[in-house]
Amino acid sequence: MAWLDSLSPQTQFVFFTLLKIACVLGPLLTLVAYAVLAERKVSALIQDRVGPNRVNLPLIGSIPVLGPFLTKLGFWHPLVDGVKSFIKEDFTPAHVRKIYFWLAPAISLVPAFLVVAVIPFGSTLGAQKMVIADLNVGILYTFGIVSLGVYGIVLAGYAANSKFPFLGGIRASAQMISYEIAMGMSVIPVFLVVGDLNLGKIIEHQAQNGWNAFPVFGGGFGLQQWLLVPCGVVSFVIFFISALAETNRLPFDMAESESELVSGYHTEYSSMKFGMFFIGEYANMFAGAAMMTTLFLGGWTLPFLGLDQPADSILMGLVHIGIFMGKMLGFMFIFMWLRWMLPRFRYDQLMDLGWRRMIPLALANIILTAAVLALTNR
Amino acid sequence: MIVKRNELTWFERLYLPALIGGLKVTTRHFLNTLTTKTPVTQQYPEEPTRVLPGYRGAPYLVRDQDGATKCVSCQLCEFVCPPKAIRITPPGPTGKPADRTNAEKMPEEFEINMLRCIFCGLCQEVCPEEAIFLKSDFSLTGLARNEMIYDKEKLLALGGTHSGIQKWKQKLEEAKEQEIFPVKV
Repeated sequence: MAWLDSLSPQTQFVFFTLLKIACVLGPLLTLVAYAVLAERKVSALIQDRVGPNRVNLPLIGSIPVLGPFLTKLGFWHPLVDGVKSFIKEDFTPAHVRKIYFWLAPAISLVPAFLVVAVIPFGSTLGAQKMVIADLNVGILYTFGIVSLGVYGIVLAGYAANSKFPFLGGIRASAQMISYEIAMGMSVIPVFLVVGDLNLGKIIEHQAQNGWNAFPVFGGGFGLQQWLLVPCGVVSFVIFFISALAETNRLPFDMAESESELVSGYHTEYSSMKFGMFFIGEYANMFAGAAMMTTLFLGGWTLPFLGLDQPADSILMGLVHIGIFMGKMLGFMFIFMWLRWMLPRFRYDQLMDLGWRRMIPLALANIILTAAVLALTNR
Repeated sequence: MIVKRNELTWFERLYLPALIGGLKVTTRHFLNTLTTKTPVTQQYPEEPTRVLPGYRGAPYLVRDQDGATKCVSCQLCEFVCPPKAIRITPPGPTGKPADRTNAEKMPEEFEINMLRCIFCGLCQEVCPEEAIFLKSDFSLTGLARNEMIYDKEKLLALGGTHSGIQKWKQKLEEAKEQEIFPVKV
């Protein structure tokens, strides 16, 4: 590693940043592919089915126990799904607005990956902080980027130049803009408690003062912690519901709603362009899960076994990354579980829930949190 | 009938009871399928499918108890066929005679286009000779369109022999069961 030390600090920074981007994006894309498989398997189990269990690879499939097991697990399905998406005919209908039609899948994909840049997915590994960009205003950046996500869907709906995608796009834009407000307001109590916008600092604060979703967990049993429990739970629940709405997951998938709108905004898309919407949706889910883990469930920390201190060895660094992944995958499972449990909201019910329940509740929660902090701070 | 709809209580309007109920149901199904390993899925190509009696599969021609062609080329099935999947070439005045007694003629060619066939069973219904039956086959495959046009030999081979079903026998029994036989004057 001598050549590394010989580089200037700036070059080292660039080198490690690029390395971290590669190390985050690669596993993230793999996880996205396997999240699709997990979704199919979870849905199968909930509906008493078997799920995908067909694809068999020539060499690995002939290993005695492992091969059939992996096939039964559907382990190779993401692989062949990807290949299928790429080699399918990429059909552009004659009536679409071409430029936007080509632009929309990319726009819906990019914000999901950009959000991951500010998420601290571990403490440290060696001398490197496990976050790609340690921004002071991490959360503001996140909200800025997340609100870009709506453009992909709106553009797709507009570009398709036909009725169902257009309706899907309109619904999605109204829904995402409404729930963004509730989402933003539900995070304000967290900032009031923590007093910092840096996501790393938020995790640090949670390690000392308890998880924001449930402050008595991991932060002692002081009066302030007990009083903050309802605030934390309410803001966590609102954020969770808004995240569901932002990622267009059931029960809020008004943008797709295949029973009414064929498949909503991506009706006219085929092959890898559709694949990019699909990847975008799942990457968005991962981004939402990572945000919730960071903001409310203490990120890479656990309040026992000394796991809440920054790592002092490579092994501990990996354990922290594992904890973060575990929490994130737990959220992904809950997303999938909810999808197969709750029916879709009607459009007016959705708007009613957003504007007349969640936003007032979030506002009240801000005032309550501020009052609790004002009364209990020394 | 007027169904009385109870007003939802304050607690029910929070969505929470329904949510918890749903969570219970899905968790139960998830864990049951995960642990007891009894999914309802039938592994189709590996496990043979069970077809119930009365199932309407592909229509095939049948032979009688002596192995002779039952069809007499009356073309009723051709006329009744809604998607016009059946095409019969009658023997004409110079054609081969029927290979069984009590029949004037048999078709020179009998074709069913299985791509057109909708498995409705009208041909079986209309056949006066009980010569065509909807069997239990349902997954017909071919590599080309003309492979899916089944000719007389193929249909007869697939249909097999129906020695149990003889001309008018079943109708006779039906009439006897209804106690209108012999017709009372």
